[in-house]
Amino acid sequence: MTEAPPQEFEAGQPTAHAAAPVLRRSARNFGDPAYRFLLTAVALVLPFLLLAIGAQLFVGGWPALSRFGFKFITSTTWDPVAEVYGAAPMIFGTVVSSLLALLIAVPLALGTAIFLTEFAPKWLRQPIGFLVELLAAVPSVVYGLWGIFVLIPMLRGIALPPLRATLGWTPFFKGVFYGPSMLAGGVILAIMIVPYIAAVSREVLLAVPATQREAALGLGATRWEAVWTAVLPYGRAGIIGATMLGFGRALGETMAVTMVIGNRHDLGASLLAPAYTMAAAIANEFSEATTPMYLSALVAVGLVLFVVTITVNALARLLVWRVAKGAAVGSKAL
Amino acid sequence: MSTRAVRRRLKSGTMTGVVAALAILAVLPLLLIFGDLIHKGASSIDWNFFVKSPVPAGEAGGGVANAIVGSVIVVLLACVVGMPIGVGTGLFLAEFGNGRMGWTVRFIADVLNGTPSIVVGIFAWTWLVKPVGHFSALAGGAALAILMIPMLARTTEEMVRLVPNSLREAALALGYPRWRTSLTIVARTAMGGIVTGGLVAVARIAGETAPLLFTALGNLNFSTSIREPMQTLSLQIFTYATGPFEEWHRMAWAAAVVLMALVLTLALAARWATRQRFGNKSAI
Repeated sequence: MTEAPPQEFEAGQPTAHAAAPVLRRSARNFGDPAYRFLLTAVALVLPFLLLAIGAQLFVGGWPALSRFGFKFITSTTWDPVAEVYGAAPMIFGTVVSSLLALLIAVPLALGTAIFLTEFAPKWLRQPIGFLVELLAAVPSVVYGLWGIFVLIPMLRGIALPPLRATLGWTPFFKGVFYGPSMLAGGVILAIMIVPYIAAVSREVLLAVPATQREAALGLGATRWEAVWTAVLPYGRAGIIGATMLGFGRALGETMAVTMVIGNRHDLGASLLAPAYTMAAAIANEFSEATTPMYLSALVAVGLVLFVVTITVNALARLLVWRVAKGAAVGSKAL
Repeated sequence: MSTRAVRRRLKSGTMTGVVAALAILAVLPLLLIFGDLIHKGASSIDWNFFVKSPVPAGEAGGGVANAIVGSVIVVLLACVVGMPIGVGTGLFLAEFGNGRMGWTVRFIADVLNGTPSIVVGIFAWTWLVKPVGHFSALAGGAALAILMIPMLARTTEEMVRLVPNSLREAALALGYPRWRTSLTIVARTAMGGIVTGGLVAVARIAGETAPLLFTALGNLNFSTSIREPMQTLSLQIFTYATGPFEEWHRMAWAAAVVLMALVLTLALAARWATRQRFGNKSAI
């Protein structure tokens, strides 16, 4: 029995392993634990990386954190000459630009996901899905380039006049628009996170059992009512998770934002004014940080960013996993 | 039909139109970006663009040969480091990943997938630039490898899990030990999918800029030494786009066309490979 080489099975495969069955028992017993041990060791790299990144950011940022304490995240002064560092404007800018992005991206992404899963004719699903997918493949720096030379002029020419006319009285649209601004940052982020939110939402909606729809339709609901009353509530946790994944992406997005947000350490209500984000500050100032304290302050900014994005992402994953069980949603968002 | 029923139908029809419009609005930026890339960039691409290195600011001509070669080298470095670890982790998750450790690793992979790449840049800087005292392509490659591992781990796991159990059972019944079944039967059957995952990951990291800013740094000259600073297409686009010269802006658009072409080719190849294997069941 053990002598029989697996001829038939190997027929389709170019290399035959006729030697395998005659392996001695001891060798076999040695191979399996060794294989398992090897893979386990490789798999431990990821947890190690997570811990190492966290620890290293903490160690690097500690001098600044211990010196400025809580003021590091509440103070608005960022003065490398006087060696005073307060990251409040960047934290504010990061959160506001990301929220602005969500405000624009969630309706677009959710609409896309609903259209693709519930309404689109079969022949249209593939091309639109593919285009959304490509949106995720465009490198950040290309978005930035496009933002500088196309989006900002477009905002100035097309979007701003009606916005000023209707919302000009609010503090959000006051002041001069030079171009690079919180608004431009938020819009470019929105475009960038749409594919992530759409891809995950779509997977969540696909995971909603068909019986859920059929029951609603069977009770006489219209197609929209079925979606609104039966499908969306069922996938709510997953959709919130998808939104948070998008939020996490927006928080950490660097290049495109750096190129269009204006990079100024200011904290103001107007979306038309230049602002700053944590990631942009690191990108711009890290290689020119000359003193150890300056460097430490930037690493501390990285730590804040890391902790915030890890938290948002972890919560998002748990929510999505609850609905689309164990699916690697997001990691294949391309 | 009662007016109420008519109203409900009307609403359903309207909302169908609304979500369709939202879907179109969502993909509109992509079409605009492609249009602008072709409009502004394609005309600046000629032979010199591919074979020459940049000339000093203000002079006309020059190319991005150094950046193209640099991109390829940095990405290859990332693959050499990242692929074995990423694929190995994926195999672990698929073969032994049902316990608590599997859950933890899977969760960490997903969480790391969303970690800002700039933070990974700081990490690579601390380990590979600061101790040595100078920027290097090696550090850039390492940073990109770190970004690659969680992506690869998850796609590999999914692909390996798609392999029918009967195949595994057949091999085991013939007396193959588990490790041999895993490597020569399961992993080989899933190879097409794993390659697809690899292509997707490469497409993603090829366009990365943030983690390279203070690792590979950029280089005005042609360089193939991995111990030296190295230019990449993405870094070049950033420098040129944010610079003050018209000529630079033109070059930035042209470089963006090359980068997009590269990324698109990889993405399309990945898609084609997937469709070959699994039919066209996935839309996103």
